[in-house]
Order: sequence, then C-alpha cells, then structure tokens
Amino acid sequence: MHGNRFTGIILFSALIAFSAFGFSRDCSAQFSGPVTSTSAYSVPESQRMEPAALAKLLQAASGDPPVMLQVGSHIMFAQSHIPGSVFAGPGSQSSGLHLVETKVASTPRSKLIVIYCGCCPWDRCPNIGPAYKRLRELGFTNVKALYLADNFGNDWVAKGYPTDKGE
Amino acid sequence: MRRGINDSPRLRSCSRTAAARLFFVIAGLFVASLICPPPLRAGAPVNSLVGKEAPRFVRTDLAGRKIDLKAYRGKVVLLNFWATWCAPCKVELPHFAAWQKQYGPLGLEIIAVSMDDDVTPVRATVRKLELNFPAVMGDEKIGSQYGGVLGIPVTYLIDRDGIIRQRLEGETDLGELESTVVKLLAGK
Repeated sequence: MHGNRFTGIILFSALIAFSAFGFSRDCSAQFSGPVTSTSAYSVPESQRMEPAALAKLLQAASGDPPVMLQVGSHIMFAQSHIPGSVFAGPGSQSSGLHLVETKVASTPRSKLIVIYCGCCPWDRCPNIGPAYKRLRELGFTNVKALYLADNFGNDWVAKGYPTDKGE
Repeated sequence: MRRGINDSPRLRSCSRTAAARLFFVIAGLFVASLICPPPLRAGAPVNSLVGKEAPRFVRTDLAGRKIDLKAYRGKVVLLNFWATWCAPCKVELPHFAAWQKQYGPLGLEIIAVSMDDDVTPVRATVRKLELNFPAVMGDEKIGSQYGGVLGIPVTYLIDRDGIIRQRLEGETDLGELESTVVKLLAGK
C-alpha cells in the first residue's frame, strides 16, 4: 500500500516536471523576443494597454478621448485602423519618428496618448518601442502602448472592436 | 458469501489510487497551462478564402515585368505577403528562394508582395537575399482582396486551377508548408 502511494507520488512528480518542462519550452519560444532598447519589450508593462480597455474607453460617451497614433505601416492603416487614430509611422524609421513629433506638436504633455501597430507579434514589432521612446523623450508623461499580442487583425479586428479604413 | 473480483478491497484501493493519480495529473496540467498560456496563433490558418478562386491582380514587379495572377494557371503559386521590417518574413524568404530553384521545374511559382510603404528598402532586401522570384509592391487594395493583410507574414497556397488551398499567418512551420507544396505539385 505504501509502495503504491510512493510510486504514485513519483509518477505524479515526474509528470508535473515533464509538463512544466514542455510548457516552459513553449513559454521561452513565446517570450524570448529580442530585448533591445527599442523593442516592444522596452515599453514597461505598466504602460501597456489591453485592447478591451481601449475599446471600453472609446465606448464611453463622455470623457476626453485619447490621442491615438498608428505607428506602423501606412498600407495597414489604410486597410483598417482604430476610428479617430491617425497615421504616424513607421516608428522604426526616422521619417516615422518625425511624423510622430509632428502629430503631437500641439498636444499637452500630460494628455493620454495611445500608440499601436500590430504589424507583427508584440515581441517582433520594430515600431512600438522607438515611437514610445521618442514620445517619452519629448516629455509626454501619459503614453500607453496598445498590447496587440499577435497582430492588429487577430487582436483588434477579429474581436469585433470598432474599425475604420482609408486615409 | 463469495466476494466478486471487483469487490476486492485491494482492487478498490488500487482504483482509488489510480483515480487520485489521474486527478493530480489533470490538475497539474491545468495549473501549468495557467502559468503559461498556449503559444500565439502564429502559423494558424485562416480559412475564409480557402476553397475559393484566388483574387486576380495585375502588378509590375521590381524588375519591370507584368505579373498577372491569371497567367499562372497551371502552376502552383505560393503568394507571400511580407515587409522589410518583418523579422519572420526575412527568415522565410531565403527558404522560398531555395524552393523556387528546387521545385520551379515541377511547376512552383513564388510571388512576393511587399507591404512596405516605400520601394527603396524592398529593392535592397530583394537584392541582398538574392530572391529569384517576382517581388511586387502591395497596397491596401490587394490586402483587402486577400481578406485583410493586417499582420504579416501571410502566405497563400494556390493550386494549378487557381483555387486557394491554404492560408498561413505568422511564422510558419516551413517543413509542413514544403510538404503541402510538394503535395500540390503532385496534384493531390
């Protein structure tokens, strides 16, 4: 009886260890993106905004809507973007960062600014990090990056959140 | 009264132990899945256009040649949406170049559609990666035709009859994709 219990505990432990190993491999593949000073990982977690939170914010009839900047590709912006957002990209290029500066030139420094891209999975996005960094350098104190884990299509459009297209 | 074999206390005890083990295994897996959610949907097929005729487009490629998708009937077409700033795209493209060389004589044709806003970096990348297949510049029109290209890479496999057989989104399993290409070339 004790032997059986002991065997059970060993089997259970081995299975848990095996499962954890398998899952941790997936985890490392999922979260091992390049952590450079300008990757999306450079955006502090506290400054990320979940899509559901932004959708809720936009739904609120009253209140001051945030400034929203799409800092990715213009082709993707023209296909689909968040209503009220403006194109200000790509953040990975100097021309895009210049456009970011232009778009916020008259914006108060404490105003909520939400940037988003969604061209690629979050850990591969080349645009969010540089745009966030530039806005912080310009003195904006309330900058949030929309956390699109996979891409704009899957994490915003497919979830039924509002979209617009064209210029 | 004779006890049935299933009524044996030892067997009942074993059953309880086995049930307890199963419970712990399931609970362990559940906890592990909470700690780490499953991988993202990279590579997952989106099937809205699958089984339908591939939308026709006519473009001029970077070498100045006219690329009309209709003219590719009878070929298996791998249509890849990419961009120079997309890291997974640049992993895939050299493999596609190798496939074009290997399977081109069997009827494979690869077309790369860049979703870059500017052609200059596209020319540089095509040259650097020595792409041996046509590269055209995309726009929102072709993106919308192909179900909305709102995240890249996106790859379509089109059979010899011009029917879309698969759409792959995100970083693809190249081994699996190659197997599908080979099957399509064989007419399966």
